[in-house]
Amino acid sequence: MTAMPSTRPAPPAPAPERTIMLVLIFLVTSGILLVSHNGPLLDTLGPLGTFLKNPIVEALMVSLFLANVLFAHLWRAAPWAKALVGLGSLLIVLPLAGREDTSLLDLSIQIMIFAALALGLNIVVGLAGLLDLGYVAFFAVGAYTWGIFASPRFGEVLKYYGSHPGATNAGTLAIGLFLVVVTAASMLYINRLTARTAPTPTTTWSFRLASFGLIAGLVLAVRAIAVLMSGQAGALANGINPGFFWLFLALSIMAAAIVGVLIGLPVLRLKGDYLAIITLGLGEVIRVLANNLSLYTAGSQGITPIKSASVPWFDKLAGALGFSDDQFYLLFLYFLVLIVIAVILTVNVRLDRSRIGRAWIAIRDDEVAAQAMGVPLVQTKLIAFATGASFAGVMGMIFAAKQTFISPESFNLFQSIGVLSMVILGGMGSFPGVILGAAVVTLLNLRILPGLGEATANLGIPQQVNPGQLQRLIFGIILVAMMLLRPEGLLPNRRRTLELHHDENQEDDSGHGSGGALTAGPVEVLSPGLAPAAEGERSGGTK
Amino acid sequence: MDLATLLPFLVNVIVGGLVLGAVYAIIALGYTMVYGVLQLINFAHSEVFVTGAVVGFEVFRVLRDVALDGYVKLLIALLAAMIVSGALNVVIERLAYRPLRNAPKLVPLITAIGVSLILQDVLRVIEGFQGRFDLTYTLPTAFTTKFCAAASSCAGLGNALRTVGIDLQLKDVILLIVAGLSLAVLNYLVNHTRLGTAIRAVAQDRVTSGLMGIDANRMISATFAIGGALGGISGVLFGMKFGTVNAYSGFDPGIIAFTAAVLGGIGSIPGAVLGGLTLGVIQNLIGVTNVLGSVLGSANLGAIDASYQRIGAFIVLVLILIFKPTGLLGKSNVEKV
Repeated sequence: MTAMPSTRPAPPAPAPERTIMLVLIFLVTSGILLVSHNGPLLDTLGPLGTFLKNPIVEALMVSLFLANVLFAHLWRAAPWAKALVGLGSLLIVLPLAGREDTSLLDLSIQIMIFAALALGLNIVVGLAGLLDLGYVAFFAVGAYTWGIFASPRFGEVLKYYGSHPGATNAGTLAIGLFLVVVTAASMLYINRLTARTAPTPTTTWSFRLASFGLIAGLVLAVRAIAVLMSGQAGALANGINPGFFWLFLALSIMAAAIVGVLIGLPVLRLKGDYLAIITLGLGEVIRVLANNLSLYTAGSQGITPIKSASVPWFDKLAGALGFSDDQFYLLFLYFLVLIVIAVILTVNVRLDRSRIGRAWIAIRDDEVAAQAMGVPLVQTKLIAFATGASFAGVMGMIFAAKQTFISPESFNLFQSIGVLSMVILGGMGSFPGVILGAAVVTLLNLRILPGLGEATANLGIPQQVNPGQLQRLIFGIILVAMMLLRPEGLLPNRRRTLELHHDENQEDDSGHGSGGALTAGPVEVLSPGLAPAAEGERSGGTK
Repeated sequence: MDLATLLPFLVNVIVGGLVLGAVYAIIALGYTMVYGVLQLINFAHSEVFVTGAVVGFEVFRVLRDVALDGYVKLLIALLAAMIVSGALNVVIERLAYRPLRNAPKLVPLITAIGVSLILQDVLRVIEGFQGRFDLTYTLPTAFTTKFCAAASSCAGLGNALRTVGIDLQLKDVILLIVAGLSLAVLNYLVNHTRLGTAIRAVAQDRVTSGLMGIDANRMISATFAIGGALGGISGVLFGMKFGTVNAYSGFDPGIIAFTAAVLGGIGSIPGAVLGGLTLGVIQNLIGVTNVLGSVLGSANLGAIDASYQRIGAFIVLVLILIFKPTGLLGKSNVEKV
């Protein structure tokens, strides 16, 4: 992720090269990280060892180490040094330190999962400007897609259908599949028809009818398959073969994207606040369903154990490198997540510069104007929704495999807001910023706050204000403070900075009245010549 | 249950729904007032009303052993909650929303979410210091008795309700009266006073009303004060109705009340009331769908129980926004370029 070229133009006064400093810091922090996570070595160090074992010190060490990657991205240094620091940290030092302390691997995977979620939400909120407060629903879809099939749940479901077959047989399956094919074909046909001519009430209604038919057909077909497979319930008592992991990786992308489109279709005609509240509601609906459809999701107890993929050659390799058996799956997931993040980042960068990316930004900036210029609103928004959702779907599945346990509580509104605060903290619309935001918030949540909580446990601070319990307060402060002080985020996207400081540029023109009411309206440019001049001045680059 | 007992049962469910709806309506008014003036969904309103509920709880707790009439205690609780919540809402507006008034719409919305999170934890910490997390209302005993316990004590309306089979507690009746009174006062305030006229002017056009000599900032503060006071009242009513409150219990009623505001047409005061009552009834009906299912012999209806209640509000919200985005009583807002 460090090799990504910066999208910003070079600053006017080039800072001195920091190659040596970068490499030096990398070596020092890596050394400390490796030492501080090596339990036996620490025991021999005496007081220094106990100091390094302190949860706060440990959290700081991890943060400093991760900051390397950020420095490699930000600082002007020789490309080889950047590559060395980036790749060396992520591919060598982190896994090696993780070998001694599995929780470090776990933490890194968690950070990257959230980074991917934040990148997905960044597309929806940061690029397309659609505030989605139910984003974690797609994460849940991915997690449950794998969780149901790769756990004993699947056997239970089949057993249930075996004892409640209804009137289902191969015939029903045929009818279901026929219905699916016919309705899907007719939907495609209607779509093609309306692409050329304006939609009439007939086409609209027949499209809706066909979509109902499609859903009915799918339900029939899936039910029939479940009944027909129910004989295998015993054989599948522990879930499907983990070798299907790769197939399900594709399936969970599709499932999340489809749910994204299904949720998006009815609600994307809404804007701003309405969209926010309705996505919040739909996110809750998915959680309530996960809580109540206990046949499939085991209700609030959650599904466990969920299998992870087994990749024999990778396990052998890991074994040869000195990893123990129970670390194989974590190490595998670590590298998988690393690859997925790289793919997602590439997709993001590509999308951002593509036609569709520009359409998203146009919609975010001014929906009406974008529509007037021929951007198809619903379609463009749907693509944003589905893309964001598919990232969440993949990560949901990996999350399920990593935790080996999922329950509806992992997917509540608070998680959605957490991901949103990552996007905002880092800087909406800026990819490195969003990743930074994810790292900071996850570290804060999983290491620094609990560490502070542990460290202050003996200081007589009352349990109620234990930092480990103040997550909401801290998220809230992050959200409010960022919006008030630095709405563009830590690593801002250039365009957005201009946009958010638009009115500051015009301060001289408007003149503040004492009542406030005079300037309280939307800022309008009265003299057409002034605005471009003010913006042009800014683009000379102060930041 | 057979059909003969079903009818009075349903009547009771609907009346119970109306009582619940009255609480939602008052909360929804808080959303709608702020939205009408600033076009901002005040996500923090749910915490403002929980603050009111907490204040009400503390008043009832402190006054538990004081020899005062139950109604006087209630009045004190309502007043205290109104003052605290109103002041809190004004402070929130001053610190978190006013600096952002010219920012893109997403910005104050996110701030509102942040404020709501902060208030949740602050409330939890404050109550946690007293060793309390789930606050259980202990109302004066008179309030929790049946409105019309014995036929001998019933007269007029009480008797009429009794013959129809409606079974209310005294607190439900008080709740309806308080809700009705606050509505009447609000209606007078907004439609028949100078303050109300000024607020409506600001809601229509902030710039022009400024030219007419109205101080928009003061009017917005006043709106937040009124909205917060309504939040305080609704908090106390909510506490009376449900009995327990904690720092996080604002979420559910908050979102239902927002749905109510949208259902009625956000920005419209009668709309919020209509929406609140409708949603209260719908929610209570979803809660007893399994009873209806058992009467009608439908297993599918029977499977839907009270745990689906909150889905009901969202489905209503989705349907309303799809088919009539302006809400039942809302005016359509034509977008100008």
